[in-house]
Amino acid sequence: MTAETEPARLAAAALPPLDAVEAAKLRRAKIDRVARWALPAAVMIATIAGWQWYVDAYQVPHYILPGPDRVAEALVRDWPMLWPALLVTLQITLGALVIATIGGVGLAVLFAQSKWVEMSFFPYAVILQVTPVIVIAPLIFIYVPSKIVGLLICAWIVAFFPILSNTTMGLNSADHNLRNLFQLYGASRWQTLWHLRLPSALPYFLGGLKIAGGLSLIGAIVAEFVAGTGGLGSGLAFKILEASYRLNIPRMFAAIVLISLTGIVIFASLSILSHLMLRRWHESAIKRDG
Amino acid sequence: MKSVSLQSTSETAGPVVSLHNVTKTFSNATVALKDMSLSIRQGEFVSLLGPSGCGKSTALRIVAGLSSPSAGRLVWPGERPGESDHDISFVFQEPTLMPWATVFANVHLPLKLKGESARAARPRVMEALEMVGLEGFAESYPRELSGGMKMRVSIARALVTKPKLLLMDEPFAALDEITRFRLNNDLLRLWEEFGWTVVFVTHSVFESVYLSNRIVIMAARPGRVVADLAVDAPYPRGEEFRTSHLYSDHCRLASDALQAAMGDEAANT
Repeated sequence: MTAETEPARLAAAALPPLDAVEAAKLRRAKIDRVARWALPAAVMIATIAGWQWYVDAYQVPHYILPGPDRVAEALVRDWPMLWPALLVTLQITLGALVIATIGGVGLAVLFAQSKWVEMSFFPYAVILQVTPVIVIAPLIFIYVPSKIVGLLICAWIVAFFPILSNTTMGLNSADHNLRNLFQLYGASRWQTLWHLRLPSALPYFLGGLKIAGGLSLIGAIVAEFVAGTGGLGSGLAFKILEASYRLNIPRMFAAIVLISLTGIVIFASLSILSHLMLRRWHESAIKRDG
Repeated sequence: MKSVSLQSTSETAGPVVSLHNVTKTFSNATVALKDMSLSIRQGEFVSLLGPSGCGKSTALRIVAGLSSPSAGRLVWPGERPGESDHDISFVFQEPTLMPWATVFANVHLPLKLKGESARAARPRVMEALEMVGLEGFAESYPRELSGGMKMRVSIARALVTKPKLLLMDEPFAALDEITRFRLNNDLLRLWEEFGWTVVFVTHSVFESVYLSNRIVIMAARPGRVVADLAVDAPYPRGEEFRTSHLYSDHCRLASDALQAAMGDEAANT
């Protein structure tokens, strides 16, 4: 570490003259740092302003397209109703993500123990993945008496596959020489799994987890749409359905905004988690010069 | 599984391991080794020298127990029959470090796999790191080290178990020449100091003459031993040995033997 930062620090202190190419590179890096935040923010503000202008200028009726002001208003006014719904959706999403992680990693470890098991069962994982959840969901809600359990199963089906397939790949991609080394020192199967194969699989698993985070939200929402009726604790999807029946378009928009924000927060949290776990050693998390 | 040991009483001071008529045929019908017999004696620094495809790495892997002979026997005279723990270490061509673990954890690995905690193993791990001059890098990660330093860590990991036999499979082939010379010198110094037995696979005539006191020359298709040369130059060897007549004479001898072996091969094909 010190070996790398020391020359950089010295160079900064002494400031030797830069050639034109390096100076341009430095300037571009500075602009990039600002632009990374400023550009998306500017586009976002422009989009919202354009939307507001369009709605005002053409006097679009709010039951067809509400302006951002009305959506914001709905968000605040309906907050007492949207917040509990958000919590329900969040509960299903996170619950499904946890089960998908346990199930995906568990199955991957099982597959890694035996090629036969993998050959026998992997096709079923693929079938579950490629069959749209929206066509299985009604059956699930018939077979499973509890609505919460049904929702969890649907979201799990959507979310577990990327974790399973990535972790399986990661477990099988441990360095060949390191495997020989473990064999040479008489490592048990469990030791090889714990000290070699699981750490090798970590970057792959985290990649799968990032995808699964978004998918579990989608799975939860789709399942809520199918499950329909309220009853105990209905989620955001049901609020959207309900609002559409009443032509309460601003509330629909408000719920959609909440769902998108939730997805962004989930993705960002998982990205941070991934970065924290890999930053010391993995190529993907290391910044380089040049 | 790894060996068939013979009952032996008189040879305990002699060979550490012997190959008797070892043949290895791969499932794709390649004959990697044919009828190879070789005894590695206690304290020797043996180089297996040959062109690629001569089976030198295969022979090393068979000795390590990473591969099994198709025919012939591997004998560990100093051990009881059926004993599977041969007290050997292996250094690969790549450093083969775990990127997620610190230098300390990488060197600790062989002891950890035998159930020694980091705390209990600390003195031995640090001792091994001192041997290769990396005691200050225990908490670094492999990616923070240069190629030569990574190879030193790899050597420290091999030494931490104090092995009876050190097997090295072209360990310095991927390094630049300056680093390779330095590691050659360090390896010789450690070997003289601790007196292990080393089997060193290389395709460099110069490296094999510089390091070893015995060179086993192998030829390809099928892999076999064609010459067994003694390098009787005294140790310690240093930079002056690299430029001496004795050195160049031995290099010529080894080179000629290697050429002869490859000439046979050209005639055969």
